[in-house]
Formats: sequence, C-alpha cells, structure tokens
Amino acid sequence: MTPTPRALRILEIVSFLLFVAAVWMVFFYAPLEAVMGAVQKVFYFHVANAWVGMLGFIAAGVSGIAYLRTHDFKWDIIEVAAVEISLVFFFIAIVTGSIWAYPVWNTWWTWDPRLTTAAILELIYMAYMLLRQGIEDPERRARFGAVYALIGSLSVPLTFMSIRLFRTIHPVVVGGANAAAQGGFDMTPKMLQSMLFAIAVFSVIFVTLFWHRIRIGFLAQTVEQLKLKLSQ
Amino acid sequence: MNKAITRRSSSGLGSFLRAVGAIAWKDLAAELRSRELLSAMLVFALLVILIFNFALELDVKARASVTSGVLWVTFAFAGTLGLNRSMAVEKDRGCLDGLLLAPVDRSAIYFGKVISNLVFMLIVEAIVLPVYSILYNTNLISLGLIGVVLLGSIGYVGVGTLLSSMAVQTRTRDVLLPILLFPVIVPVLVAAVKASSGFLQALPMDEILPWLNLLVVYDIIFIAVAFMVFDYVVEE
Repeated sequence: MTPTPRALRILEIVSFLLFVAAVWMVFFYAPLEAVMGAVQKVFYFHVANAWVGMLGFIAAGVSGIAYLRTHDFKWDIIEVAAVEISLVFFFIAIVTGSIWAYPVWNTWWTWDPRLTTAAILELIYMAYMLLRQGIEDPERRARFGAVYALIGSLSVPLTFMSIRLFRTIHPVVVGGANAAAQGGFDMTPKMLQSMLFAIAVFSVIFVTLFWHRIRIGFLAQTVEQLKLKLSQ
Repeated sequence: MNKAITRRSSSGLGSFLRAVGAIAWKDLAAELRSRELLSAMLVFALLVILIFNFALELDVKARASVTSGVLWVTFAFAGTLGLNRSMAVEKDRGCLDGLLLAPVDRSAIYFGKVISNLVFMLIVEAIVLPVYSILYNTNLISLGLIGVVLLGSIGYVGVGTLLSSMAVQTRTRDVLLPILLFPVIVPVLVAAVKASSGFLQALPMDEILPWLNLLVVYDIIFIAVAFMVFDYVVEE
C-alpha cells in the first residue's frame, strides 16, 4: 500500500490551520451585523460551503465528459469523488441556510430558485448514486454514471433559470441588488474580507478532501482487482 | 465508437431516416396489434385525473389555477409508464441486441424510439385533454396549448428515452426511471405548466413567451446531447 504523499500531509495541516483562522475571522474579525445580529455569522461558511458544492458540481460534469472521451477509469474515480463532495457540501449549505433563514425570513425553507436548485441538485446526485448501485459491471457503471452526470450538469442551470423566472427573495450580496430580496445587507470591508477568506479556505479544504477521496477511489479499485485475482 | 463514426459518415441521410422510420414503425405496428402499452397508459392517466379530483377538490375556483399542473403531472406519470415499457420490451426479448446488430447508426435507434414514444404520449394526451374538458366543463383545446403539449412532450420523451435505455440495463430497472428522470426534467415541467396555464388564463403573449423559449432551448440541448451520448448507453 502506498503511504499518504507528503504534499497531502502538508495540505491537511494547512487546511486545518486555515480553518481555525477562518473560524476566528468569522467570530472576532468580522463585525456584528446591525440588524440580524449573531445569526448572520452563518453566512460566511454558508457561502463557502455552497462554493465548494459548485466546485464539485463543475468537476463532476467535466470529468464525466472526460471519461466519455477517453474511457480512462481515472476520470470515473474523479467523477464519483466530486459528486460525493458536492453532495455533502451542498447539504451543509442548505442546512446552514435554513439556520439563517428561520430568524431572518421567518421560515426554514422557501421555494426560491437557489434553494430549489440546490435541493434538486441533491436529488440528481442521489439518483446518480442509486444508478451506480444498480450496476455491477464497472465499465458500464462508469459509462452510465458519466452520461447521467453530464445530463445533470446541463439540466441544473436550466432548472435555475426556469425557477428564476418566478420572483426571488434570496438576497444577492455579491453584485446586483434585488428589490424583492429580504435579509440582504451591505458588507463592510471586514465582512467582505472574512467571506473571501472563508471561500479561499474552503477551496483548500475542497482540494484536500478531493485528493483524499480520489486516493480512496484508486485504492478501492486496487482492492477490487486483487479480490478478482484471488477468486480466479 | 470509431466504428460508429465511420458508419455514420458512410451512410447517407436518406438511409438514416429510413432506419429511423423503420424502428419507429416497428414499435407502432407492434402497438397497433397488441394495444397493451397505450391502453395501460390511458387508463392510468384517467385514474390519476380521478384521484386528483378527490385529492384537490377540483371546484371551479381551484380548477382555474391547478388545471395545467394536474395535466402535466398526469402526462409525466403516464409517460414514465410508457417509457419503461417500451424499453423493457426490447430488453426482455433480446430485441435490443438484434437492433444493435443491425448495420445502422445507433442514434437511428434512439430517434426511432423517441418518435414511437412521442406518438404514444401524444395519443394519450390527445385523449386526456378532451376528456378533461368534458369532465370539468372547460375548453382546453386551443392552438397554444397544443403547441405547449407538443414542445413539452418532445423534451420529456427526448430525455426519457435516453434514461430509460439506461434504467433497463440496471438491477433496479423500472424503479429507477422516475428517480433518474424527474430531477432532470424539472425545467420542462415548470415551463410547460407555466406556459399551459398562461394559455388557459389567456395571458398576454409576452408573459408566455419566456416559458416557450425555455422549452425550445431545453428540447434542442437535450435532444442534441442524447444524440451524442446514446452510443455510450447501448455500447456492449
């Protein structure tokens, strides 16, 4: 068995330290929001989690296309890793969003474009997992997974657009104001810095987890091959 | 894969269309004789409408706002029934292998299947719409609504045929199709419901047009993608 690469070890430590720094920034560096108070602190990690979910989503779509073009199992392993990470981080983003929404919007959930799209994305990825579970042949599993990842990554932007044609109440904090949005606020420079830092930190955490998950994928493949050898 | 490309370039458009027509005709002729698929879809669709009648208390006021939703849920459910069946028949009796052995482009199989599935769905819709009109004493038959039904069904069947040919090759089979299909078909259903209720409430055209555009865009993107990836789905 190959030991954990040194770079990955270092990355683990770096992401842990950065995460601690991000927590500190959220609680002590960023000022308290005047209207919403402490609950607004959720926002920094909420945006960062959604960002990581998006990274995973894009990585999954791209590796799906790459697999179909090359038929290299490497891309299948990367695709599953991206889907799993995206699934978890979008779920955290939804939960943290609900925690924020309850005091601010006075409801845990609304059928707003972003919320609905995030929920549908989760369902697409769950369907993706169920599809893979139903196929034994690894080659076919990889092909079908890639096709479904591609279809999903094309339909999600359209889903977002279709629901956006309704009115939205989700605040658009970065770029462009929406008159109907509730719970929006102007960020002070310190708030903006905290948010961007949290996004950067979570990107590093994404890379660390992604790397780990891809390694596990390759190891699992080796185990499967060894098992096959034994049974023959 | 490479073989498919060379085959595609060597065969002309005429023979491609003939192959598509032959596959679609095979399904339609089989259905014309047995009528098992259409009758199942139709009875199921009418049952769904019946259930909605009690579930939603479809009185005059409620009907104005939910009719298009009821219709599209009915079409979507009846549609999965048809999609599942039409692919399961190919898989069960080994017909799919026979089709794959035929010296035609694989995407011809896809388009043939899309056409036959679309025809089944349109027949069901053509019966459900007047029946609904009679049962609830409203007139649903208008050119606009028929257009929406056509555009929505094309998108639905285009993606559904691709996904059902994947679903039949898995262990869980028919259970899997709605799970795979519904989350990716959301844009079609949202746009179709909104456009249909726009036509039913006689809204001005500029309020309906964005939804129609969305339907057209979805249809084009997904038919094109399905055309490109169908080879991978039936590859052995």
